[in-house]
Amino acid sequence: MTHLPYIAAAYGLTLGVAAILSINATFRLRQARKRLAAIEQPRTRQPS
Amino acid sequence: MNATQSLTARTGNLFHRYANPGRFLRMGAKLQPWLTWPALVLSVAGIVWGLFFSPADWQQGDSVRIMYVHVPTAWLASSGYMGLAVCSLLSLVWRHPLADLAAVEIGPVGAAITAVCLATGSLWGKPMWGTWWVWDARLTSVLVLFFLYLGHIALIRAFDEPQRGYRAAAILGLAGAIDLPIIKFSVQWWNTLHQPDSITVTGAPTMSTSMLWPLGLTTLGFTLGFGAIVLARLRASVMESRIRTILAASRGRQSAAQPAPTTDSAPA
Repeated sequence: MTHLPYIAAAYGLTLGVAAILSINATFRLRQARKRLAAIEQPRTRQPS
Repeated sequence: MNATQSLTARTGNLFHRYANPGRFLRMGAKLQPWLTWPALVLSVAGIVWGLFFSPADWQQGDSVRIMYVHVPTAWLASSGYMGLAVCSLLSLVWRHPLADLAAVEIGPVGAAITAVCLATGSLWGKPMWGTWWVWDARLTSVLVLFFLYLGHIALIRAFDEPQRGYRAAAILGLAGAIDLPIIKFSVQWWNTLHQPDSITVTGAPTMSTSMLWPLGLTTLGFTLGFGAIVLARLRASVMESRIRTILAASRGRQSAAQPAPTTDSAPA
């Protein structure tokens, strides 16, 4: 009996979930950084 | 102030030194690459080694290679929850603002990793035990851990007032930590189908070093990866919180600047 499908499924699932979590965190961080920069920029330009 | 209160206050001051969002964002930005890149390198090295260069087990054959992803996810499921419990303690005792945000971000990552642990365990169990699932103490206690994560995720978002959600979830986070020693010692306390631990703190490992090395690499790599993902999510969460504060302040200024309606224009 070959165990290859079980091994492939286990690695595929692990790497897939790791990729989803990583990509989600990266995009969320990038978006938050962009929004914060856009909001803070006009504030820093305001005369004191 | 007695000695216990003094110790609590001093410890609280130590933790609050790192609660400043600006300081945390600067520190987090510096720390991020030191977690992300080693995590990638170690995980890839461990997976390649485990899949292609480590020997097959004399009894289990090639299916032992599932161990190189199953064991790190099992370790992270428990240690992630330990992190959640520590955040809960910091939140309940010292009202640390970042601890609540960290708990919000650890929950979904921990739940996903625990789900992977359960799934890879099933994928290993089917060819070895002939079944996807048995209600033995180890498997059941890890399933309970998964539900604890889900409960924490639901509870922390269940209230309109975030502070109430943080408090309720922190109590669940602390109470749920009782499951961690049950998971750890389940294979000793009960007669389980799941094998006993191959690596212990006190004894020598019961597996070959040719298997131990790739397992060590994936465990370290996945742990750093978990830290990198949680840190990135936490940095994003702090930034989002800052954005909400700035927008709320800006709206407050705008409404204060608008002239109040005069009584002449009001309907009689």
